Amino acid sequence: MKAFKSLDGLVCPLDRANVDTDAIIPKQFLKSIKRSGFGPYLFDEWRYADVGEPDMDCSKRPLKKDFVLNQPRYQGAQILLARDNFGCGSSREHAPWAIEDYGFRVVIAPSFADIFFGNCYKNGVLPIVASPAIVDQLFRECAAQKGYKLRVDLETQTVRNPAGEWFQFDITPHRKHCMLNGLDEIGLTLQHADEIKAFEAKHKAAQPWLFA
Amino acid sequence: MAGKTLYDKLWESHVVREESDGTCLLYIDRHLMHEVTSPQAFEGLRLAGRKAWRKESVVANPDHNTPTDHWDEGIKDPISRLQVETLDANIRDFGALVYFPFKHANQGIIHVIGPENGTTLPGMTVVCGDSHTSTHGAFGALAFGVGTSEVEHVLATQTLVGKRSKRMLIRVDGKVSPGVTAKDIALAIIGRIGTAGGTGYAVEFGGSAIRDLSMEGRMTLCNMAIEGGARAGLVAPDEKTFEYLKGRQFAPKPGDWEKAVAYWKTLQSDANAKFDAVVELDAAAIEPQVTWGTSPEQVLPVGGRVPNPAKEKDAQKRAGIERALAYMGLKADTPIQDIKIDKVFIGSCTNSRIEDLRAAAKITKGRKKAASVKQVLVVPGSGQVKRQAEAEGLDKIFIDAGFEWREPGCSMCLAMNADRLAPGERCASTSNRNFEGRQGAGGRTHLVSPEMAAAAAIAGHFVDIRKQ
Repeated sequence: MKAFKSLDGLVCPLDRANVDTDAIIPKQFLKSIKRSGFGPYLFDEWRYADVGEPDMDCSKRPLKKDFVLNQPRYQGAQILLARDNFGCGSSREHAPWAIEDYGFRVVIAPSFADIFFGNCYKNGVLPIVASPAIVDQLFRECAAQKGYKLRVDLETQTVRNPAGEWFQFDITPHRKHCMLNGLDEIGLTLQHADEIKAFEAKHKAAQPWLFA
Repeated sequence: MAGKTLYDKLWESHVVREESDGTCLLYIDRHLMHEVTSPQAFEGLRLAGRKAWRKESVVANPDHNTPTDHWDEGIKDPISRLQVETLDANIRDFGALVYFPFKHANQGIIHVIGPENGTTLPGMTVVCGDSHTSTHGAFGALAFGVGTSEVEHVLATQTLVGKRSKRMLIRVDGKVSPGVTAKDIALAIIGRIGTAGGTGYAVEFGGSAIRDLSMEGRMTLCNMAIEGGARAGLVAPDEKTFEYLKGRQFAPKPGDWEKAVAYWKTLQSDANAKFDAVVELDAAAIEPQVTWGTSPEQVLPVGGRVPNPAKEKDAQKRAGIERALAYMGLKADTPIQDIKIDKVFIGSCTNSRIEDLRAAAKITKGRKKAASVKQVLVVPGSGQVKRQAEAEGLDKIFIDAGFEWREPGCSMCLAMNADRLAPGERCASTSNRNFEGRQGAGGRTHLVSPEMAAAAAIAGHFVDIRKQ
């Protein structure tokens, strides 16, 4: 996993609630057996005027010009600003894969769906929960200022706007440690292999039918 | 001292170790797998030179990409075929307790075949790279969906890293009226709490109306927990659970059985257990439900009218209603029963079990689909369900009505195979999500129960099943 320490990134606002994972990356792209290459199909149905299919060359596809990702002022954005319940729906990790592959490293929203939220951390995408009032403010500022950027710092768990105002966000120590260092969680867990084996033996003795 | 909830008991009985911040290493008993969310996990294992920790925990089968007709022709889409063949190869290399390849007599939707083989048991932790893993909570198992990185983590370590969820009790007491099903209870709950209402929670469903549900009904209900935002839904096991499981292939054998049942009976929330949130519904007040929008929370009783955004004061919500109406091609204040449909889908991990098909067949028997309805797909959840339905003659009832009787699979719930809506087509569907494009780009989905779907197929529009 890519490490994440800090980022000074352009913000792209996606002003709708309940953005589901089918919208983030439609099902036809889930047929891939690879982990990469989903970025061009991020928000496919909102972004393109035609129906996307896997392996399409997206550079020639007709665009829905009003969609935020297609607006010139948001090209190169690395921070996605979103509304409540972002990432609801299926467990597809293709959603954070597509977000990361497109170039986003941070998503800020008032709330996230649980599975999507967890999946982000596994892929070097930092999901930040901010209060509805702060998110409203960020949307207003983003609309008002072209080239609006935020500075996100994981070590201090802060987000700072161009005016120098800042807020702090929560992250568990375990997730922070993994993200800062780009750690492979499986390697960390396997350091406890003996404890897992001991638990397994005890569990099997108590409920042998689980191991039939 | 406060007692423990069922969720606490399940969680605590699987903790391998716990960090000071509450992050736990949780042991996973059962790992269900399908072709869509697993290939990158196996690839990760290969790249790191790792093996599967306990291959006997794995129950797998392809379901999302598999066609539901012309099985003799195989999988025509080469990208879908490669994904299914990749699962074949991965299971061959890494092993599994149960694997039903494409066209196997028992192949089906992973959330249907797990329970029917007795590989889902009370007291287990069950995961799958699929959000509808919540289905298995119907057995009093802690079951939840995970992403592909976690699929790989479970394969390699038999554990997951996580923190305890908050606990919610949703109590539904009283008797539902005839024609009101587990699906309607689920949709009514989501209508109440919203699609994010259960975020951060594990939900236990309790109350007399839940106890009255069959195992199939409880699976439908827990399946939809994720549509209310809860990763896990739970129903405490009882005699119905034990009766359902007894004699199934991987259920405990005589000797172990009595010991298992004695343990399973302890899997109840204590009378003095504390929940972080409690929601109560009156079963008698629940009507047959129909979703009108593009989120499962956008749901109404069948007697209702499509909402009018002008009446919504909150600007965000108003914009949401307007966007949903535009996508769905609906006018404000239209009576639900005036909405005409183009297609019907009866199937999915929500509603493709034998009881669902029996209920749809009961409505359908001796009648014909409306001429205006282009297609009615009936897709059983598994090979076993299909054979049982055929033994009961249900297939004949559907075929005589002009419906199509298909092979098992996920089919038009998410339209990864050839079964899908064309842009603008409107569908009465027994599946779980009415998101934009879910059943095909531009397609319009209305979620309903199997009875309501069958009745809509015959009438050509939604009807109140209680008046049939």
